[in-house]
Amino acid sequence: MNLMLPDSGLIFWMTIIFAIVFFILAKFGFPIITGMVDRRTKRIDDAIAAARQAEESLAGLAKEQERLLEEAKAEQKRILQEAAAQRDSMIAKAQEEARQAAGRIMDEARTRIREEKEAALKDIRKEVAVLSVTIAEKVIRKELSTDTGQMEHIDKMIDDAAGLSS
Amino acid sequence: MKWNRIISVVAALCLSFTLWAEETHDAPSDEVNVGEILFGHIGDSYGWHITEWNGKHVTIPLPCIVRSSTGWHFFMSSEIEHGHEYEGLFLAEEGRYEDKIVERGPDGGYIRPFDISITKNVASLMFTAVLLVSLVLLTTRWYRKHDATEEAPKGFAGLMEMMVMMVNDDLIKPSMGEKDCRKYAPYLLTAFFFIFLSNLLGIVPFFPGGANVTGNIAVTLVLALCTFLAVNLFGNRHYWKEILWPDVPMFLKFPIPIMQIIELFGMISKPFSLMVRLFANIMAGHAMILGLVSVIFVTAKLGPVISGSMTVITMLFGVFMDCLELLVAFIQAYVFTMLSAIFIGLSRQEEHA
Repeated sequence: MNLMLPDSGLIFWMTIIFAIVFFILAKFGFPIITGMVDRRTKRIDDAIAAARQAEESLAGLAKEQERLLEEAKAEQKRILQEAAAQRDSMIAKAQEEARQAAGRIMDEARTRIREEKEAALKDIRKEVAVLSVTIAEKVIRKELSTDTGQMEHIDKMIDDAAGLSS
Repeated sequence: MKWNRIISVVAALCLSFTLWAEETHDAPSDEVNVGEILFGHIGDSYGWHITEWNGKHVTIPLPCIVRSSTGWHFFMSSEIEHGHEYEGLFLAEEGRYEDKIVERGPDGGYIRPFDISITKNVASLMFTAVLLVSLVLLTTRWYRKHDATEEAPKGFAGLMEMMVMMVNDDLIKPSMGEKDCRKYAPYLLTAFFFIFLSNLLGIVPFFPGGANVTGNIAVTLVLALCTFLAVNLFGNRHYWKEILWPDVPMFLKFPIPIMQIIELFGMISKPFSLMVRLFANIMAGHAMILGLVSVIFVTAKLGPVISGSMTVITMLFGVFMDCLELLVAFIQAYVFTMLSAIFIGLSRQEEHA
């Protein structure tokens, strides 16, 4: 058998057929399929990369958010502390002022009281003087109503004056 | 239970078929010639013999194109069947050109004219080519109609895409670089699918399959020649330097070019191995299955018990062989493509730094 002998007619046709098939498939067949799949692969890769990037940026965002929150908390704390300090100082100041005001008022009141007291004392003294003068007048009038009395009185006064001068 | 029933049905069918075969083959002239059946199938023929029906051969006549000493002849293969002669051309009955179109030489011997007839194998090649082109173009049609970046194909286009990408990414790309892959992938993919489809059609036992296309050395010769050309036409400087002036001691390459001869031998033996491997594997597979089927007819004379039991055994072996051939159909296409890719990749390898 001539199984191992290639037939020239078959070689001829095989060459032509295979060349045509190769030409058609190499031009319109396989490159389109592989190209499209490559494009899809690239697109999927891109999508995965984008997703990863988004994930990373999201993680960054979360971190940023956390940082902001932390900052806000610190700020809040600071503001609260400040407010507390301010409040304290305000209260202290107010108390101080109040104390001072109270002190002033008290002083004023005290001065006033003293003045009033003095005025009152003065009045009283005046009254007492007037009264004592009146009384003395009355007493003297009464004593002087008699001659003895007048004499005694003069004596006494002379004594006093003598006493004073001595 | 289910399997038992199936096996018994198959056995009964085989038995009845055997009895029928026995009836039809009762004439002594109908001696089963296994060798004839085998080589008749494995070889090429001018007509496409489909079956035998009521003692008549059902054959599709195919056009014969012959340029003899008397000029071009175009005729159908039915003209020269059964020893008929057409315009001085007839089928040789014996010798080197057995069953080939010949003309009578002046000395009475056969002269083989230039013969490019559309034989059974050529017709099968054409059918395979048309089928392959339509299958691939059908797949690319999906890509034209859809945005491939948005969705993946389903169904047949998905299957084709999977196979194309399997060959492209797992076979061709590792054997050569990304850059060369783009350049050679169309050829290697064409070779793969051509061989694979031819192998598969060869397993189909009835028309239009069943031709022993890739089991024919002329077909594998052309395929191997394509790889040979791809290797040697586009081989780079490094490849040629390795052949013509390899890094070996001087006495091995000058004045007697021992290494060059060895390298030249390797250059030819690589595509030769591709050619013979594919041819021998597919041819042997066809021969095995045919041989097994022939056993049914050979044993038909030995009585219903032997032939019946032999039929069952043969059927089981046949099923096994067909499954094996399915595997071989894929493996041989795979191996041819892989080795081609490796040979091409080697010829494109840059010098080691």
